Amino acid sequence: MLGFYFDSTVCNGCKACNIACKDKHDLPVGVNWRRVVEYTGGSWSVSGNTAVPSVFSYYTSISCNHCENPVCTQVCPTTAMTRREDGTVFVDDEKCVGCRYCEWACPYSAPQFNAETGHMTKCDLCADYRDAGQDPACVAACPSRALDWGPIEELRAKYGNANAFEPLPDPEITRPNLVIKPHRDAQPSGMGTGHIANPKEI
Amino acid sequence: SAAAQGDGIPDAKTVWSACVVNCGSRCPLRLQVVDGQIARVLPDNTGDDSLLGRQIRACVRGRNMRERVYGPGRIKTPLKRREGTKRGDGVWDEISWDEASELFAKEMLRCAETYGNESLFSVYGSGVWNAHISSSALAGRLFNLVGGSLSYYSNYSYSQIGTITRFHYGIPDECTSNSFENSIQHGRMLVLWGNNPQETRMSGGGNTFTSVQAAKTAGLRIVVVDPRYSDSAAVLADQWISPRPGTDAALIAGIIKHLVDNDLQDQKFLDDFCVGFDEHTMPEGVPANLSYRSYIDGKGPDGVVKSPEWAEEITGVPAHTIRQFAVDLAMTKPVNITQGWGPQRHANGENQARAIYLLSNVLGQVGIPGGGTGGREGYFWPLTSWFPAGENPVQASISNFGWSDAIDHGSEMTATKDGVRGVDRLPSDIKFMVEFGGNMLASQHADNGALRELLRDESKCEFICVIDNQFTGSAELADLVLPDTTTAERWDLVPSEYTGDMAYLIMAEPAIEPLHNSRPGYDIFAGIAEKAGVGKEYTEGRTLEQWARHMYENEHRPAVPSLPDFETFRQLGVHRYYADMDNPEAGTHVSLRSFREDPVSNPLGTPSGKIEIFSLELYDMSQTWEFPDGKKGDRITSIPEYVATWEGAEEARQPGAQYPIQLIGHHHKSRTHSTYGNLAKSKEAHHQVLWLNPLDARARGIADGDIVGIFNDRGRVQIEVRVTPRIMPGVASLPQGAWIQWDENGVDHGGSNNVLTSLHPTPVAKGNCQHTTLVQVELVSAGTKA
Repeated sequence: MLGFYFDSTVCNGCKACNIACKDKHDLPVGVNWRRVVEYTGGSWSVSGNTAVPSVFSYYTSISCNHCENPVCTQVCPTTAMTRREDGTVFVDDEKCVGCRYCEWACPYSAPQFNAETGHMTKCDLCADYRDAGQDPACVAACPSRALDWGPIEELRAKYGNANAFEPLPDPEITRPNLVIKPHRDAQPSGMGTGHIANPKEI
Repeated sequence: SAAAQGDGIPDAKTVWSACVVNCGSRCPLRLQVVDGQIARVLPDNTGDDSLLGRQIRACVRGRNMRERVYGPGRIKTPLKRREGTKRGDGVWDEISWDEASELFAKEMLRCAETYGNESLFSVYGSGVWNAHISSSALAGRLFNLVGGSLSYYSNYSYSQIGTITRFHYGIPDECTSNSFENSIQHGRMLVLWGNNPQETRMSGGGNTFTSVQAAKTAGLRIVVVDPRYSDSAAVLADQWISPRPGTDAALIAGIIKHLVDNDLQDQKFLDDFCVGFDEHTMPEGVPANLSYRSYIDGKGPDGVVKSPEWAEEITGVPAHTIRQFAVDLAMTKPVNITQGWGPQRHANGENQARAIYLLSNVLGQVGIPGGGTGGREGYFWPLTSWFPAGENPVQASISNFGWSDAIDHGSEMTATKDGVRGVDRLPSDIKFMVEFGGNMLASQHADNGALRELLRDESKCEFICVIDNQFTGSAELADLVLPDTTTAERWDLVPSEYTGDMAYLIMAEPAIEPLHNSRPGYDIFAGIAEKAGVGKEYTEGRTLEQWARHMYENEHRPAVPSLPDFETFRQLGVHRYYADMDNPEAGTHVSLRSFREDPVSNPLGTPSGKIEIFSLELYDMSQTWEFPDGKKGDRITSIPEYVATWEGAEEARQPGAQYPIQLIGHHHKSRTHSTYGNLAKSKEAHHQVLWLNPLDARARGIADGDIVGIFNDRGRVQIEVRVTPRIMPGVASLPQGAWIQWDENGVDHGGSNNVLTSLHPTPVAKGNCQHTTLVQVELVSAGTKA
């Protein structure tokens, strides 16, 4: 089963991954198969003339996680959303009627509605690039080398199992094929110690 | 070849091109072409993840090149402002290239004849900066062939440090520090002082990559000094110190006071390599108690001891943090203190820059592996050369920031009042101006509203031509607008710049035919030269492609012998090279190494040959330079002392201050200055918002996502606010470079920080100081949900 690895310790939120994905798949404004979330928290203590920060901020780059338990496939009324043998979750344009149930069900907002076509669209881990022996566009794009992909067992052997940090949902919901190297300030899931700082950019 | 790999489109032709903007890096792009259209923009696929062989992966900006080429912002054909309308009215007539070239040549020659060649000016613009052929030299060559033009010194990036460094280190530009690579090899600590490589150097082949290596692989202790929790702080820093903007020289005085009180300074270095730190190394002929030591000990003219508590009051950084930082610096050597260009972009920027240099001097870190000079991180400068502009017969020059004054009252500008060089007084106002690949006229200079009024006055500057591939706000203010191509439509040779110890050259060849009725900049200027009677001299009989081949064979290959032949280079696309080709690892940059090894044989270019912490030249200038409309802080000091200025931190904190918020303008991830700032996908990825601290927001009834007004006596911007603890209280940041959207009331809704900045220049450099700006912020309307 294929999945992604993301190194949160080196990501500066530049979004080259997002733009490379949009270029590769000819995605219009409003359709973002890969999104970069800024999670920020902390405060200042002001005393007399001094102002002392206790602040954190880090980014999480997320596309479809090609989950072990993909709720998008379960809610799809037309069987358009299916899981391929390699584990990648795929939407069949011929069958999709654009009802957007999958969009509502997915806790990662991976399926994205393309208003121009009236259909759902999503990351296929750049199937044609993989067939040609190349990395997915986002992985090859990252200036910080924060992204990797491959069989999830290999990724976990190489990078560990962690994937439960704010602002991501509880991984038990869909069991994502995703491994994250946590930022030094990564906040455990469900703590709500910070907030998503760029809600309109994702 | 690497370029030709299929990448999922089997029949595509893939050619090498580049993102050529002034981010300081430059990245190769592989453009895949299908049926004469660019279908994909692909990254570099040469190199690897090694420190000195790294792949040069383009960032979010360059990867959006397809929208820049095909977007609706392109200028399609030459446009002439309609007779009877005013500049900025937006009424245009399409004209032919023949008419356009004739008009440019006629007006240029008329102004040169009527007012002298000092009335011609090519204003700063960096949208096509540093391509070897399509550069500002294209305009310079034309001007030089018709008798020359007024020129400028320094630049908007580092006006203050670029001018003041010759007094400190004897170098007529900035003095770089050691490279990040050198710190990785030899250092223990790295200070990023107002330095933000993760946002200002975003190329995956440049300092985004090397700074991550320093933090994660080499494990250097990294301290970020910045009023904003930058992405460099988020990704790299072990410690973040946040002084109020423009108070860095005070912070450093407090640090140095603690160092000398505990005998932690490198006194031998100060005695042997520097003048003016102590009274016993002062030059002869100046009064006593003007050394830096006297200044911090309270024995100088102000009589104030520069204790950490004194610095705390000014900077907002607690005295115990200042003491701890001082000790860390002294105990964690070698330490490379690198400064970005934010600290010097202040009204006291000359002293800010020198103070950071000084800290590395006091620690004795100059010229040693792993140490540094306190300048920006060093790099191996490309040896390849630019399109030849020729010699400029005109001697007069002004600062990069002085052109709006020179339009308004150039013939009143002098050497000691306005920093005019080459002549004592300018003989003429600027009457003819060309802007090539830049947005200075609209959003990148200061006080955009006042500037717009000045430029609309046709009795001042009589002719303005803007040449660009996007219809910028500057184009709106022109008499003649000429459509340049993008890099994707022309030949060029593209060098690296601030990319550390790995230099490279990128092949750029036309992927597609010029769109619409556009022409490569070279062909534009060659056509004008022909109308001006200097066509043959301009072209030397060469087409653009022939110039690329000519320069490659006759300039670049002799300078960089490892370069392959031209046809091979077209296939390879990128060529990496190093100061020491045989052993790149051994050639990493140690700034001022020869001076440190033998200061007698290798003296600096200062009058003493040493580092001048006290500058006798500046001391003399402090007596002779004139400040007729002086504002607070308009003074020249011999040592890098802290100077409180107009619209500085003290003024902001005065009880009842009308404008209590210090506004800075950090570089935005979606743009390089204003380039890419008009593209829908770039704007979708990174919104233009004001950064405001929760404490300041709460005091004003402002919530995250609201629309706020940001204003002072110069102008008003209304834009969405991001309420975030990532900016310190009392400070706000409006990222620079946004495209202006004026409404009918003169309010900008695009978020140009320069609507609010001042045209008042700094004391020595006469440079731009955009981070010295006070504003008030107020709620306009509640925001909408995501």
